[in-house]
Amino acid sequence: MFTYHSLDFGPKNQTDVLECCRQSNDALDEDKYFVFLTFYRESSSGFLDDQFTELKKLQDECSPDFVAEVVSLFFEDCEKLIGNMARALDQTGNVDFSLVGSSVHQLKGSSSSVGAKRVKGLCVTFKECCDSQNFEGCVRCLQQVDIEYKSLKAKLQDLFSLEQQIVQAGGRIPQVDI
Amino acid sequence: MASDGGVSCLRRSEMMSVGIGGIDSPPLDVDEVHVLAVDDSLVDRIVIERLLRITSCKVTAVDSGWRALEFLGIDNEKASAELDRLKVDLIITDYCMPGMTGYELLKKIKESSSFRQVPVVIMSSENVITRIDRCLEEGAEDFLLKPVKLADVKRLRNYLTRDVQVSNGNKRKLPEDSPPLTLSHDSSDSSPPPSTLSPDSSDSSSPPLSPVEIFSSPLLSPLDDEDDDVLTSSPESTPSPVRRQKMRSPGLD
Repeated sequence: MFTYHSLDFGPKNQTDVLECCRQSNDALDEDKYFVFLTFYRESSSGFLDDQFTELKKLQDECSPDFVAEVVSLFFEDCEKLIGNMARALDQTGNVDFSLVGSSVHQLKGSSSSVGAKRVKGLCVTFKECCDSQNFEGCVRCLQQVDIEYKSLKAKLQDLFSLEQQIVQAGGRIPQVDI
Repeated sequence: MASDGGVSCLRRSEMMSVGIGGIDSPPLDVDEVHVLAVDDSLVDRIVIERLLRITSCKVTAVDSGWRALEFLGIDNEKASAELDRLKVDLIITDYCMPGMTGYELLKKIKESSSFRQVPVVIMSSENVITRIDRCLEEGAEDFLLKPVKLADVKRLRNYLTRDVQVSNGNKRKLPEDSPPLTLSHDSSDSSPPPSTLSPDSSDSSSPPLSPVEIFSSPLLSPLDDEDDDVLTSSPESTPSPVRRQKMRSPGLD
């Protein structure tokens, strides 16, 4: 693990990081780790919490794609549950808030299990809107959750792609604590 | 896949041929623990399954209380043939599930003569003290706050392993450097043990009970306070009252 107290520099995009990795024969020496860590941190800060790190601990050579598989299931879950909520909220004049609430509860659970911090946070607010039968609030929360999970999905796809490229360039992915 | 014993109804002669439909049975491994995981969330099932596998447990994951009962054969007491073939060392279940909650499942397990000795752990995303207390009172072994982490599962694994006595000359490497423990813990002074099981004191009419069999043997009284002494002494655990509460006898805290 590397500790450092200031992030003076960092790559602005994937290409920079990859370039750094390729420049050295020893694909990931300490500087390159630093570069990767910075990028990783900047990408994931705020979006993920330490549960994501916990999931990474469960990944090894035998299950190298464990995290990717779990988050992929999570995103499928998001899509399904958001669909359920949208349908329930669409029943104008006859919205079953407990049904919406139960979907929100499930989403909160799975987002918590993968470390999707922002999605989970939104679910808390969403649940409150359901409990108080606040229709506008629910609709707003639904929109936000939809945006948020898609944004996270894009970021993680970038991250996994970056990791893959690093590995293919002969480097190792350091264990990063969020 | 099976280790010796595990369920009180499992006869010794059955042990060598234990298998559960569809799952391969590698040679008996005393160290292997079979866990039944119950959670309606697919994501959580995948995670808990991986957590358990990483700690060397065999896992069967089901998505509801009903399926769990079905798997155990509890809902069909007539199927004793099924019961004989099952061996479950631990049941870990989510609390909030549609249909049958984890609490209801816990009750049904504790009502079953075949499975009431199997430790049941409840998981929940909500840290509600009354909920925790209710589960512990009903006989739950432990209560884990979600999201479940590797350290939580390692702790469970630890007390499962340490609960059993190494017998039959089967040398088992315990996770910590601890002396072999008997279920009626020697260092416990609180009350005389209901029955003492040690390698040499087994019934002359039956072979010495194997490790996990001792834990769930009908000879023992249901989980009593003696056991808590063992359960709480895992060095890896950093118990916080919020995350985990156990049934404890007053003197053992």
